[in-house]
Amino acid sequence: MTRSHEPYDLLIVGGGPAGLITAGAALGQGARVALVERDLLGGVCLNAGCIPSKALIRTARLYREMRNAEALGGRTPRGIVLDFPAVMERMRRIRARLARREPAERLTALGIDVYAGHARFAGADSVVVGDLTLRFEAALVATGGRAVRPPIPGLEEAGYLTYENVFDLTECPERLLVIGGGPTGCELAQAFARLGSRVTLVQNEPMFLGHEERDAAQLLSDALARDGIAIRLDTETIGVRTEGSGKVVDLKRDDTANTVAVDQILVGVGTLPNVRDLGLEAAGVAFDPTDGIAVDDFLRTSNPRIFAAGDVCAGTRFPHIESAAGRIVVANALKGGRERLSAEIIPWCTFTDPEIAHVGMYVTEARRKNVPVKTFTILMHEVDRAIVDGEEDGFVKLHVREGTAEILGATVVASHAGDLINEISLAMSAGLDLHALTRANQPYPTQSQAIKMTARAGVEHLQRSSSSLSEPGRPPTLGRR
Amino acid sequence: MRDDELLDRLQRGAFDYFVDATNPDNGLVADTSRGASPASIAVVGFGLSVLAVAAERGWLARADAAARALVTLRFFASSPQSPDPAATGYRGFYYHFLDHRGTGRRAWHSELSPIDTALLFAGVLTAGAYFTADTADEKEIRALSRDLYGRVDWDWARNGKATLAQGWKPESGFYHYGWEGYSEASILYVLALASPTHPVPAASHTAWSETYQWEHIYGSDLLYAGPLFVHQFSHAWIDFREIKDAFMREKGSDYFENSRRAIDVQREYARRDPKQCGYGVDCWGLSAGDGPGSGTKPEHGRERLFFNYTARGVPFGPDDGTICPAAVLASLPFAPAQALSAVRHFLELHPEWTNTWRLPSGFNRVAPGPDERGWVSEGFFGLDQGLVVLMIENHRSGLIWRLMRECAPIRTGLQRAGFEGGWL
Repeated sequence: MTRSHEPYDLLIVGGGPAGLITAGAALGQGARVALVERDLLGGVCLNAGCIPSKALIRTARLYREMRNAEALGGRTPRGIVLDFPAVMERMRRIRARLARREPAERLTALGIDVYAGHARFAGADSVVVGDLTLRFEAALVATGGRAVRPPIPGLEEAGYLTYENVFDLTECPERLLVIGGGPTGCELAQAFARLGSRVTLVQNEPMFLGHEERDAAQLLSDALARDGIAIRLDTETIGVRTEGSGKVVDLKRDDTANTVAVDQILVGVGTLPNVRDLGLEAAGVAFDPTDGIAVDDFLRTSNPRIFAAGDVCAGTRFPHIESAAGRIVVANALKGGRERLSAEIIPWCTFTDPEIAHVGMYVTEARRKNVPVKTFTILMHEVDRAIVDGEEDGFVKLHVREGTAEILGATVVASHAGDLINEISLAMSAGLDLHALTRANQPYPTQSQAIKMTARAGVEHLQRSSSSLSEPGRPPTLGRR
Repeated sequence: MRDDELLDRLQRGAFDYFVDATNPDNGLVADTSRGASPASIAVVGFGLSVLAVAAERGWLARADAAARALVTLRFFASSPQSPDPAATGYRGFYYHFLDHRGTGRRAWHSELSPIDTALLFAGVLTAGAYFTADTADEKEIRALSRDLYGRVDWDWARNGKATLAQGWKPESGFYHYGWEGYSEASILYVLALASPTHPVPAASHTAWSETYQWEHIYGSDLLYAGPLFVHQFSHAWIDFREIKDAFMREKGSDYFENSRRAIDVQREYARRDPKQCGYGVDCWGLSAGDGPGSGTKPEHGRERLFFNYTARGVPFGPDDGTICPAAVLASLPFAPAQALSAVRHFLELHPEWTNTWRLPSGFNRVAPGPDERGWVSEGFFGLDQGLVVLMIENHRSGLIWRLMRECAPIRTGLQRAGFEGGWL
């Protein structure tokens, strides 16, 4: 076994987005960086997650638009035929193209030592990769997660898909049952329904996207139903069996049971952290097989020189944490900083149609913390460009500290909510309030005017409130400026 | 037709549903006028309450009204309470649907329902509050009312959690979800908090109210709930004018005013009519009710989605174009001019409804129906009729509100929920 001579300033285990961004950020600080990846650079996001699913969703949207061309004054093409191999080929082309942006050779050329292989901690300050021992001053574990495999009787025997292998399909399933009404389940259920599958979507809760606001979930539920998806809420999948070339799935809602016959089953019920066989015990890193590595607000593990981020961590499973993780880890690991995850403004988005995006606090969270909260809402059917585009389903909600202009959080449901939320994230990150959003000039007509309209409703309300405050000497509470 | 005369006819038409749909042997009231409908315990709660209105308005002799109430209360006092799936209830609660014409036992494998039990008990307590004469029948009504209320194990219905569960079945236990967001559950919490025997802790109400959303929509500030009935059901019994809990004190409003604002939002949504359903300032009212059926209809390149019985709401939906005319009429105490104007519009659109002066559960101008006016719900639903009788009465005389202001469980429950001010 060989040993590297000098310890790396930062050694990163996992070449997904968090690992790559952190590597780049550390390099920018003049650090000596090593990155170990046992599979493909880019991680799940590029190879089996965000990118392939978004490629599929885009094509599915096209099929939906073709079928509904009349809604935009067009004519529905005759004989729309799905070319599923072409759909998947486009997805693979995109994936390959994006993978070419971050080849190992390029990282190496930049000065990052890239190691292909499985990393295993040998102690508190070293990992072993093959026959190499690499020492480090600081390390980041960003090994991500893997699909949860629910213990449903008969499921393993019958076979099923997860986000890890659904993009290897060569035929579009005629009948598809999706287990799980979270982001992955909803996105893929809608995409396959639009591509022509008869989809049943099973969720064991009373609404989809359990962490999101009820109104957002309600709009999504309607949208999924319009796409022809058979929705089964409050329903458990209790068994699967094979019959002929198909699969029969037993469902149960309270005391009512029924069965659904399908060709494929897709499971999207979350991820488990990739913590196995990393030698975390040897490194003194506390972890749980289900909840992952425990980190504090500084993303530090129980070993103060080892950090962790992303799906491998307990309690910090923001889906879009990559850039924040990079900044926090570099600051805290390399510069002795005290950057906190809780100080980050991290938006996220579910890429259904309409998209559902959120940033900051939810109302329930604020009320639980005794923060007085008021929500200003603009419906997308109040927005000229949304009407013009035929994309009126949705809303912008700004959650504001009551009596002030301080933005606590926001939920956007809109065709392009993932883009719209960024304006609010930027304002929150920069400490800007409703006034700033109303002052920003925008081209007309755009859908992002919904944000300005919502902020304006808040400011006008504050102005009315302050003018009605007639108590002498009492200043208006117009929030942070 | 003058407003008074119109309201007379509509209120009497709605009351007659209970004359037609009540089983005289057990006092159970059919959920709907459709054949083979089971009884709904919530409709029975309305049925007990409308007896006071009927007696005051001379539609029934007081003794007759008392006798009818007594039949109902005796049935609930004597019907089997046990975990047996074929019982009538358990732990003082009752199953949502009961066999109407026969045994009065559980129907349709329905759930043991805290909210429907609360609506039933709102009626039980109304009967106890109204029948105060020193006669044998009325004494028995008061005693049964007190005893039945005292045996409900409200705290059990939390299943050890913070908020009350939405249901329980002997076959599968508690529903795994509780009450979230502002809803018709105000009356449930008031009655559960006030129980002399099995109250829920005040913290349970606090936990529920933590899920409230205070929103600014179409220029109105309100505690949001989409369907109109949410803003009406508890108000059928409780006079929320100028009494405030901690939430409303913080917001400088009250629940009565909130219902008025909810109507503003309903009307503004209808004026905008984003889904082009044929709504307008006099054609509004999305609530829980019957619908044209599940399915979609292609329309200008877009799938229009229809539903069966569901809770429709504004502005976030679901909205399939179905209006609930009874919910509009029941808005009378909050927005009399707007409600009457809309009801007159409905009757112009459907003059045949004046044959019975009873409003159907829903109509839909964009769903296929027998003529160009679209779909109309068949028959009548008891919840609609009961709500209409009580809300017209509250608008006209305040009878039910006045009775319940003096009802100890209502006062105690409101106080334990933190309400202060006004008549309280």
